[in-house]
Amino acid sequence: MKNRQTKTRKIAFMGLFSSLALLLSYVEFLLPPIFVAVPGIKVGLPNVVILFVLYCLGLKYAAVVSFTRLCISSLLFGNAMTFAYSLAGAVLSLIVMAILKKIDKLSEVGVSVAGGVSHNLGQVLVAVVLLNTPQIAYYMVVLTVTGTISGIFIGLCGALMIKRVPKNKFF
Amino acid sequence: MLKKNKSNTSASDVGRKRKNDIIFIVLLLVVISVSALVMLLMRSEGDTVIVTVDGKTIGEYPLSENREEKIKNGDGYNILVIKDGKADVTEASCPDGICSAHRPIQHDGESIICLPNKVVVEVRTQDKNQPDIIT
Repeated sequence: MKNRQTKTRKIAFMGLFSSLALLLSYVEFLLPPIFVAVPGIKVGLPNVVILFVLYCLGLKYAAVVSFTRLCISSLLFGNAMTFAYSLAGAVLSLIVMAILKKIDKLSEVGVSVAGGVSHNLGQVLVAVVLLNTPQIAYYMVVLTVTGTISGIFIGLCGALMIKRVPKNKFF
Repeated sequence: MLKKNKSNTSASDVGRKRKNDIIFIVLLLVVISVSALVMLLMRSEGDTVIVTVDGKTIGEYPLSENREEKIKNGDGYNILVIKDGKADVTEASCPDGICSAHRPIQHDGESIICLPNKVVVEVRTQDKNQPDIIT
């Protein structure tokens, strides 16, 4: 009975976190693009939730939330192409963040910066492959700088959340 | 400025991690700026404009001649203007308009990319037939 209850709680919390991430995707979708000439510059607000879930619940749950968020936000705000770009970015950034968290040398901010930059890297790599144009890699210069700035911001937000929300309340 | 961490056991841990964070971020930015600098120094003026649609080359035009081309892909189009040794996309059917907002290009390897129309306008140097001569 106890086991079943925890399972239900887990499902409920995953749904809650996914919808929270989705809501942040929508907020970000509403924001005007910062810089029209270089696509891909984003604050990455949903990453606050992913970072939080990664730290408080673990990689498995972060992957579930990230993937659910990705599928729904691509359906709502994007198309098949944005799905491919986002998936590559999300997978790469989650792997990098999980590894760096395991190594335990950087704080949430450093992990988030690495996650943000690797998200951009994943997207650029997909663009290089899909369009068969290695020159797109030039974008990485701008995207690394903006990815670092937004990563610091997201990391600070995430760290506050991780510090303040009691972990044992979930399951 | 001098905010003390409440949990004394991890205070030094937090400080060490913050230091690592800063080192990591600085290192990241240094690596990217060095590679940006290398790329900037290595570029040379191109002489040919190559237009590809969906991965297929549909036209090559010399950068020295002024001309205007309409690149079509299905319902979409992009207007390519070559003027004064520079290539520019001045008008496009795509909703984001990233390609038309892009500044004119003239250096070897520079490109204007329109993702919705799958159009790539690229400047190349034709006499150097090996594009990856550096590597």
